[in-house]
Amino acid sequence: MNRPVQYLFDLTLVLTRKEIQVRYKNNVLGYLWSVLQPLSFALVYFIAFKIFMRVQMENYTLYLLTGMFPWQWFANSVNEASGTFISNAPIIKKINFPRNLLVAANIIKDAIHFILCIPVIMLFCFIYDSPISITWLYGIPILLVLQTVMIYGLSLLISTLNLFFRDLERIVTILVTFLFFLTPIVYNYEMVPEKYRQLLALNPMAFLMTSWRSLFLSGQMDWKAILITLVWSVILYGLGQMIYKKLVWRFAEVL
Amino acid sequence: MNKTVIKCTAVHKNFPMYHYFRGGIKNLLLHFPAAVKSIRKKKFTVLKDISFEVSVGETIGVIGKNGAGKSTILGLLAGVLKPSSGQVTVVGRIAPLLELGAGFHPELSGRENILLNGILLGMLKREVEEKRDAIIEFSELEEFIDQPIRTYSSGMLARLGFSVAVHCDPDILLVDEVLAVGDQDFQEKCIEKMRIFKQEQKTIVFVSHNRDEILKVCDRVIWIDQGIVYREGPVDQVINEYIEY
Repeated sequence: MNRPVQYLFDLTLVLTRKEIQVRYKNNVLGYLWSVLQPLSFALVYFIAFKIFMRVQMENYTLYLLTGMFPWQWFANSVNEASGTFISNAPIIKKINFPRNLLVAANIIKDAIHFILCIPVIMLFCFIYDSPISITWLYGIPILLVLQTVMIYGLSLLISTLNLFFRDLERIVTILVTFLFFLTPIVYNYEMVPEKYRQLLALNPMAFLMTSWRSLFLSGQMDWKAILITLVWSVILYGLGQMIYKKLVWRFAEVL
Repeated sequence: MNKTVIKCTAVHKNFPMYHYFRGGIKNLLLHFPAAVKSIRKKKFTVLKDISFEVSVGETIGVIGKNGAGKSTILGLLAGVLKPSSGQVTVVGRIAPLLELGAGFHPELSGRENILLNGILLGMLKREVEEKRDAIIEFSELEEFIDQPIRTYSSGMLARLGFSVAVHCDPDILLVDEVLAVGDQDFQEKCIEKMRIFKQEQKTIVFVSHNRDEILKVCDRVIWIDQGIVYREGPVDQVINEYIEY
């Protein structure tokens, strides 16, 4: 590898490793938190929707679980994005290095956590007697890449804009919660009244979540949903890159 | 041999006043027209017209009052800021010596931070690993190197930072009044290292308020005041004027 490429690779690697190390220092349960967090959310929604509201859906537990893992990945990454550049202010003000790698490192860290959660999903599929399909072998990588690209674009956009409008941080937290309830996670796609279903395409996460669902629960690739997700990933990636490129040289001025 | 490695030509730098933006979206929306106008019009000029050149192997001191724009100049040289007009040309690899622990993560050990910081300063992972022992030795922090650096004193942080920066073999070293916190021994060691740097024909830009340090290492001094190069010349001459001023 020539030097610039090797350098970008090393920088990404070391920054990612730093994120992972920092997260687990002083943390007794370490990796378990990546699993425990989605699990505990799933439990609470199970109590609220299945036990109290008695939602009529078969296999609701597994349904919730397969949704919570990819969703928590999205929510954690996007919520953290606001602080990425701000918390690295000292180095951004002094050193000229590709700042977007700070965002990339965060995303890669979260993607690794998600990958480590896949065996847990498999375990639950096994417990609930849901078959693990051979399509997972290529389905998971495809969706993983789409979600990574989407989150990267979105995070780059948020972390950049948040330097200039610090209120964005609060808005993002609220929007992520909105998005959670506007995405088929605790309910399924078919429960959405037909006249609103088209509108779901306006939510970048909606069809990504239904794609994960059909992959995990029935081993099927929902190509139409994947196509919509692809379009969103490309749009968000492009938008994030564009805004970042435009504003990056001002970072040191506003920090 | 008198190759110019740093060249600033009529550099002007102003910062927009992010007054309305800083107030967040509420203020921005409530005062939108005023906000746009203020961004366009209200600028805070730090550097008006700065021109200077530095040749290879030279050690140049930058002096001036607090807020005169010394750090802005270093920012422009490091490439983290862009001049509003004028030109800044830098030839060669540049390493800024970071202020206390910037670029370090408090929870990571000294050893882990050496890698992080070395990479940020432009070294490859392999290169940092090769030099790690030398870095630790120079910093004299062997006993503490596996402790998280939040337990380090400010002097220890300065030691570690300086050690990493000088070992990453830059062509140009930017030093921004960071030596003040180290103890006497270490300060002398740093000055010594800078002398060696000079012998190796490396360029140093040195910002300091410490007259003695400047006298010890610099060949030439640039005195920044009111956004312009107020005086420029041999070190003893300018320093004396500065002291009297």
